[in-house]
Amino acid sequence: MSGPSSPILAIRTSPHLVRGSRVDWIMLQVLIALSPALVFAACAFGAAAMLVIGVSVIACLAMEALWSGSSGRTLRDGSALVTAVLYALTLPPGLPLWMVAVGGVVSIWLGKAIFGGLGCNPFNPALVGRAFLQAAFPSAMTNWLPSFSVGRFSSVPESTLALPFLRPVYDARTSATPLAAWKFDAETTDSMDLLLGLTSGSLGETSSALLLLGGLYLIARNVMSWRVPVSIGISVALVSGLLRWADPQSYASPVFMLFSGGLMLGSLFMATDLVGSPMTSRGCWLYGALIGVLVVSIRAFGGMPEGVMYAILLANATTPLIDQWIRPRPFGAPGGARA
Amino acid sequence: MSQLDSASSEATGSMWEAGLWRENPVFVQVLGMCPALAVSNSARNALAMGLATCAVLVLSNTVVACIRSLIPRQVRIACYILVIATFVTCIDYAIQAISLDLHRALGAFISLIVVNCLILGRAESFASKSTMSAAAIDGASMGLGFTLALFMIGAVREVAGSGSLFGISLFGPNFQPWVIMLLPSGGFFALAAWLLVFAAWKERQRPRLQPLEGRAQ
Repeated sequence: MSGPSSPILAIRTSPHLVRGSRVDWIMLQVLIALSPALVFAACAFGAAAMLVIGVSVIACLAMEALWSGSSGRTLRDGSALVTAVLYALTLPPGLPLWMVAVGGVVSIWLGKAIFGGLGCNPFNPALVGRAFLQAAFPSAMTNWLPSFSVGRFSSVPESTLALPFLRPVYDARTSATPLAAWKFDAETTDSMDLLLGLTSGSLGETSSALLLLGGLYLIARNVMSWRVPVSIGISVALVSGLLRWADPQSYASPVFMLFSGGLMLGSLFMATDLVGSPMTSRGCWLYGALIGVLVVSIRAFGGMPEGVMYAILLANATTPLIDQWIRPRPFGAPGGARA
Repeated sequence: MSQLDSASSEATGSMWEAGLWRENPVFVQVLGMCPALAVSNSARNALAMGLATCAVLVLSNTVVACIRSLIPRQVRIACYILVIATFVTCIDYAIQAISLDLHRALGAFISLIVVNCLILGRAESFASKSTMSAAAIDGASMGLGFTLALFMIGAVREVAGSGSLFGISLFGPNFQPWVIMLLPSGGFFALAAWLLVFAAWKERQRPRLQPLEGRAQ
């Protein structure tokens, strides 16, 4: 690759091929990819969603600033902002703001900082924050506002403004997510509604189409590994297809499984976390397949309607094992020619 | 053995300090983690568990020190376990007689005091080498240190997890409980928080020593 202007003999240590992408550039691409879903969330849930996103960003950036100290180096690379936005997108829109702040602090502190910062965190920080909230405040985390309700821009739900450490009060306007409706009331939701996001749910899990658009942008930019989401999708479709084929009465269709809940958000933006996913291509396939099997198992046989978060966290925990197990063979190493 | 034969008041004081603070079984030695994390979900349970362990520890330490010259070295662990198991059975029945609710709340963890490494550890490392009175004091100080640590963990978990202490509501009916603190993971959070406090406290102690060393040079 040496051009005419480069010196005849250049001595450098490996790696010799660099892509030149930096953390802040990658994070900017992720933010661009998430922006349609963010705007949609603000439109669908109104002021409550905007407040949740705002508080989450403030809490995460404040925590990041606190632990990164005076240098502020890690604050400027945008990774905390991406964590904040992803974390906000996993939350139910009527969640009290003080809980949003607690989870944001937990996601940066317990999810990232105590392991040594970006690159050392074994789990996706945004999901760590959400998992903490799910375990700490289970009732508040399963209370969903209906989307596109009248007056969503002019008024803020009472529960959002609950005072710190006090129990939120919910008005009657709560509704069930498609997965909960299917699990507890055996109601199915129209596939088109799922794709367009006209259902209730977390901020970012309603609009599958916009999330797919963002994911395609990231794949086109070569920022994320396309193998992980594709592998998750295939394995979810296969396992749920098998279950549906065995017993159509009690199991949902693969299309419903693919487009409901947090699967799109999780598989495109969280499972593909550069730190938490395996390094090799074959490892990525295995990792994605594991997530898919776990998601369908939790949804079909578990006590909770949704299992994407736990599936990804569990798979994150297996990543070091996968990386140890599946290693690329060094060029020229013994062991036969590679096909 | 020799340094403890004359159990002067100074040595006794140092033993109390070791059990309660300097060599605290939970916060410093990190022993007996299973009951410390499993039954510390309320201050009452934690206190009961700590006191039960403390009673077993005092009794087993005393008896082990008493019969230490009779125990053949090759089978000493089995002998210790037999002594400990005897007292755990007594305590088990005693708790059942005092409060059946408490017995149900602590469940299998009362029987599991037998395998608490703290008790076996004190029998092996201290009681088998010292006089009866010294072993009893050591058992009491370590046991109370264990009780104190369990109570500290249990109090944090109960206050955060159900907004009460010993069942008395602290923050009124509108308090949002942090359910995670009552779950097993909450035990790890509470223990980690206390260890963090102690680590920070030790860090604060350390810089004060440095100027003195510098002056000595």
